[in-house]
Amino acid sequence: MSGKNTQIFTDPLNKDNPITKQILGICSALAVTVKMDTALVMALSLTFVVTFSNIIISMIRNLIPPRVRIIVFLTIIASLVILADQILKAYLFNISKQLSVFVGLIITNCIVMGRAEAFASKNGVKASALDGLGNGFGYGIILIIVSAIRELLGSGTMMGLHIIPQAFYQGGYENMGLMLLAPGAFIVLGLLIWAQRTVIGYTED
Amino acid sequence: MYSNAYTYKFITILTGIAALLLSLAATGLRDRQEFNKKIEREKNVLISVGIYEKGLSSADVEKRYGDNIHGEYVTQEGTLTTEPQPLQIFIYGPENAPKGYVIPVSGKGLWSTIHGFLALQPDLNTVAGITFYEHGETPGLGGEIEKDWFTSQFKGKKIYDATDNLVSIHIAKGKALRPDDHTVDGISGATLTGNGVDKFLKSNLSDYENFFKANR
Repeated sequence: MSGKNTQIFTDPLNKDNPITKQILGICSALAVTVKMDTALVMALSLTFVVTFSNIIISMIRNLIPPRVRIIVFLTIIASLVILADQILKAYLFNISKQLSVFVGLIITNCIVMGRAEAFASKNGVKASALDGLGNGFGYGIILIIVSAIRELLGSGTMMGLHIIPQAFYQGGYENMGLMLLAPGAFIVLGLLIWAQRTVIGYTED
Repeated sequence: MYSNAYTYKFITILTGIAALLLSLAATGLRDRQEFNKKIEREKNVLISVGIYEKGLSSADVEKRYGDNIHGEYVTQEGTLTTEPQPLQIFIYGPENAPKGYVIPVSGKGLWSTIHGFLALQPDLNTVAGITFYEHGETPGLGGEIEKDWFTSQFKGKKIYDATDNLVSIHIAKGKALRPDDHTVDGISGATLTGNGVDKFLKSNLSDYENFFKANR
């Protein structure tokens, strides 16, 4: 992989992360991060959608009439999302029940539309595929970090396995109910953004 | 510049391909999805009568359901029949000595149609359990109806009052002020979902009134 392509893939993982840097896709990041398994499936679904929408859009980028490009993007994205939703309903029924409307709402996730408009409609297939993967993983990393913190503090488990020993509970330890609610996600995400910006030295102009 | 004719042609072909792919996927996956839904229903019948354990596989659910539950129908006159009728009933235990009855309950909540099962003990008065397995209420508010803390309150409540009137189960606004045999605590912030459940439980139960009368 050339240096430029590597950068297309790695930038959204940290420096140009869609959630922590561009503050996109927050709605689903808050909603599905109570448990790690739902966050993981959501991250994979979004990665699937953004990668394939980037590939398809990049493939036909010179055929799309510019006047109707947004609706074309939307058609392609919506088809991929419905496909992902159908597959989850068939093979991961319980998780798809927990994710409920949020898989369908990937259609309106700014990350997907943003990458289509800003990148895939102007770049080649290979670069677009890498850009999609990078942004999907960048979104996924944040979801997994936030959900790991929320599940550990809120339920005392990780991926459903008990981490906090029973002895703690007998000694008076209690799960933090706030972490199960949306404000808990806001707080964790806010601290994460702060920490990341301090580390990479980024300031808003 | 792209002509209008080209734009129309492009959009037509694109939507045609998208529609074709999605209908293929939907048809191809339908059997599996239907099977999942069937297991989900059977699982919830088992939960409502209290014989479901966490972690049972689909095959286990199917077997346990088959061993313990059989579905029948209730006629307008209140008798049981195996002929399909609008009113379904699931009988738990052997036919001659049932250990419980389960009726499907459904109706409007705030945003969506809620589906669930209500299990009654053989006296057809005491609630053995209730589950809500499909709804589109707000997670964290109305969505709490599916949680244990809410559903477990129904256990042991009575649907008939002392004078034999069908009073159903009332869902209080917030915490029940005068706890009695017919009232459960509502969900704060989800009064309208509670009102919906309140209303459809009563109307669903009254559909079965003839059957209850004949068998109590």
